Amino acid sequence: MDWVVEAQDVVKTYKMGEVEVQALRGASLKVQRGEVVAIMGPSGSGKTTMMNILGCLDRPTSGEYILDGEPVAKLNDDQLANIRNHKVGFVFQSFNLLSRQSALSNVELPLRYAGLVDGGRRGRAKAALEAVGLGDRLNHRPMELSGGQQQRVAIARAIVNEPAIIMADEPTGNLDSKVGKEIMTLLLNLNKERGTTLIIITHDPTIGEQTQRIIHIRDGVVEDISKGNP
Amino acid sequence: MNISQVLIEALESLNSNKMRSGLTVLGIVIGVAAVIAMLAVGNGARASITGSINQVGTNLLFVFSGGREDQTVNVRPPRPVTISDANALLDQYAAPHIQAVAPVLQGSGIADFGGQTKTTTIVGVTSSYQPVRNITLLEGDFINDDQNLGRASVTVIGVDVADKLFGHRDGLIGETIRIVNQPFRVIGVLTPQGGSAFGSEDNEVLIPLATAQARLLNRRNPDSVDVIYVQAVDFQSVTDASDEISQILRTRHQSPIGQDDFTVFTQESILNTVQTVTGVLTVFLGGIAAISLLVGGIGIMNIMLVSVTERTREIGLRKALGARKRDILIQFLAESSLLSLIGGFIGIMFGWLIAFIVGRVATATGNNFTPIVGLDAILLATIFSASVGLFFGIYPANRAASLEPVEALRYE
Repeated sequence: MDWVVEAQDVVKTYKMGEVEVQALRGASLKVQRGEVVAIMGPSGSGKTTMMNILGCLDRPTSGEYILDGEPVAKLNDDQLANIRNHKVGFVFQSFNLLSRQSALSNVELPLRYAGLVDGGRRGRAKAALEAVGLGDRLNHRPMELSGGQQQRVAIARAIVNEPAIIMADEPTGNLDSKVGKEIMTLLLNLNKERGTTLIIITHDPTIGEQTQRIIHIRDGVVEDISKGNP
Repeated sequence: MNISQVLIEALESLNSNKMRSGLTVLGIVIGVAAVIAMLAVGNGARASITGSINQVGTNLLFVFSGGREDQTVNVRPPRPVTISDANALLDQYAAPHIQAVAPVLQGSGIADFGGQTKTTTIVGVTSSYQPVRNITLLEGDFINDDQNLGRASVTVIGVDVADKLFGHRDGLIGETIRIVNQPFRVIGVLTPQGGSAFGSEDNEVLIPLATAQARLLNRRNPDSVDVIYVQAVDFQSVTDASDEISQILRTRHQSPIGQDDFTVFTQESILNTVQTVTGVLTVFLGGIAAISLLVGGIGIMNIMLVSVTERTREIGLRKALGARKRDILIQFLAESSLLSLIGGFIGIMFGWLIAFIVGRVATATGNNFTPIVGLDAILLATIFSASVGLFFGIYPANRAASLEPVEALRYE
């Protein structure tokens, strides 16, 4: 099997003052390359912590995590930044675009941190925006775009570096159901066309149903894995 | 990321909050303008004070015969100072700090004209007496070298003498007065001085030195004079000039060190006061300017800290997209440096303008005072403002760069 994500006995402990909170208590999960997976669970279950660790935003307190063949649990900050830049694309619930920059500049941002020079950067950013259907909105600022369009820009930004996985945290949470469906369709199409692994964190069962597998997290452990309806 | 990109992005970011950036820049502008203007005014004031002090004659030294009282273990009677001594002091190699020398004979006597008499000081001088003592004339000419060589019977009289003998001060050229019963033709009248540090110069009659030696103020040694006035190049070189005089006269008088048979009198107390005053002035102005810059710098730090807090989410996002610590650090440092550089540039212009206006106002109110904007002040202000931006930018930038991406993304 070609695993792109392999997490083994991941423990994450936060210190809130005197009290130690265990957000993850030995969670293990694997995701195959090209798979579409949903991570579901009630709030406080540890699914956001799980996403932070899978997205290399955070390090596990203990346990193993291998992303795209690379063990990342012990990397330092700059190495993690590098991994995030090359292997992970993020899609957030609140889009997180830079409001004063054009769609194109927003999509260029990860390429900039990858050290790409102007020419190649612009071309790739343009191609990514065209892939999400915004080829005619290159120079619009986020304020001038609708919510769905903003999320498309964010998706373009996530795929522009051709990452191994896309982490989408409630990608339709801030959108109405019609636009939400469009965004889901876009994400699933990207998966089909490009074979990008897609991990969606959600508590919306209708989204879960569109994925191949649903990983249920409760109280910091993986409780159950059920099959979706791809 | 190359430098131009970093700068463009920093500019965009500053541009997106014009009001705030403008106010921060204003802080630096005021600081830098203060430095430029203060230094210019300080330099101008210094030049002006030095100028007027030189005019008064603080760069003047007196050399006369006889040791100091605390050194009167003289083994032989002191030799007089002479015209040859005075000429020896003009040696540019042995005495580079001496500008001019004026040997003088002095005595008192009675001047009379048409039955009016006046007891006055008779001063035998050479032509160099005029520049050394900054003498100006109400009318006529000063004694020249030919009159001195020819022992001419000419005199330049002070206004007190003129008032007493003639009752008026003008139209006296060509009149003949008698000094100690010898006729002298009046060739000039001195500008009234009032009392000066060296006694009243208004009750004087000046005559050629050679004439005085031969006919009025006979001394045992025909070459000897009472005082040699020495003018140093400027008032800072008075000490050097004094040392040079001592060296030359010791050699000429063959007197051992510590037993000088002459005295060099300087006005060190006045000099010291003046130097203290200008020193205090500079420190005072510099202090004010430094405080202004400090305030400007703290302003930058303040704004950058606000900016970091405000943009926590943005920083988190950038980190999620692969920005390293260094990238964020550079981004924020670029912004703060840019702020202070722009402020510095405007500040230099503004400070220059202030200095110019101060100069204009001073001229308009009749004060002879020109502020001097030096290259050193501009360099200082530029370097200072850039380093203020860097220094006060480091803390906020570091704080931004050290944010945990998870925390930063969650920040509302």
